[in-house]
Amino acid sequence: MKISCKEASSICDKSQYKEASWWDIFKLRFHLFYCKTCQLYSKKNSELTSLCDKAGLTMLSDEDKKKMKRDLKEKR
Amino acid sequence: MAKHQLQPDNWVDQYADYLFNYAVSRVSDAEIAKDLVQETFFAGLNSAKNFKGDAAERTWLVSILKRKVIDHYRKINSKKGKAEVRINYSSDSDAEGDWLEQQVADPFSKDGDNILENKELGLAIQDCITKLPQKQALVFKLKTIQGMSTEDVCNELDINPSNLWVMIHRARTALMGCLNENWF
Repeated sequence: MKISCKEASSICDKSQYKEASWWDIFKLRFHLFYCKTCQLYSKKNSELTSLCDKAGLTMLSDEDKKKMKRDLKEKR
Repeated sequence: MAKHQLQPDNWVDQYADYLFNYAVSRVSDAEIAKDLVQETFFAGLNSAKNFKGDAAERTWLVSILKRKVIDHYRKINSKKGKAEVRINYSSDSDAEGDWLEQQVADPFSKDGDNILENKELGLAIQDCITKLPQKQALVFKLKTIQGMSTEDVCNELDINPSNLWVMIHRARTALMGCLNENWF
């Protein structure tokens, strides 16, 4: 039932990507009940997730980057 | 202070995503944005000898990209009459009979603010991501932006899941700190 802060932060990270099991999340909740440090980390972590969602980040695909690199090589 | 130097070999890995986000936020079209980034890199190569080392590499590339964005708008507006604003009574037939006043933007709407703020936020996050070690940045981007599964990322980068989560953890902690300083 009791988990360390290290485990708690790892579950917290995974849950940001919806990859934590419900049992893990339960253990995390229990940990957050008494651990102020992890509460803060958890809060900041979900904030970061929502900021990233809100910002609508985009990135170039791997193929696009490879093509860019090829084209740049040719020009040099 | 040491002079900045250009390393064109790293440009794509280090700055392509940042520049791409910058361009997308200004031209709102991924294909055009991609071309602008590519043109920026070419122009950067061509004028590399003019780089005096006063600015950081990225700042210098962004300044080239800014010119490219302006050029892009000039080009699409250069055909005669394109720049002219025409107001019809109504452009779509659905709204026929509605008052012109109803077509202007709602002065109480906060949408504009939000869109603007989100664009800036996007750049602030990208800015923080470029400060991460390259591999951490890549893992973070693949997971967070592309939403790839842990398994796929591990296969692609040839790492194991616990490596991946350690990198994600470090990246997230660094980003929280960076955004704390630069955003809130």
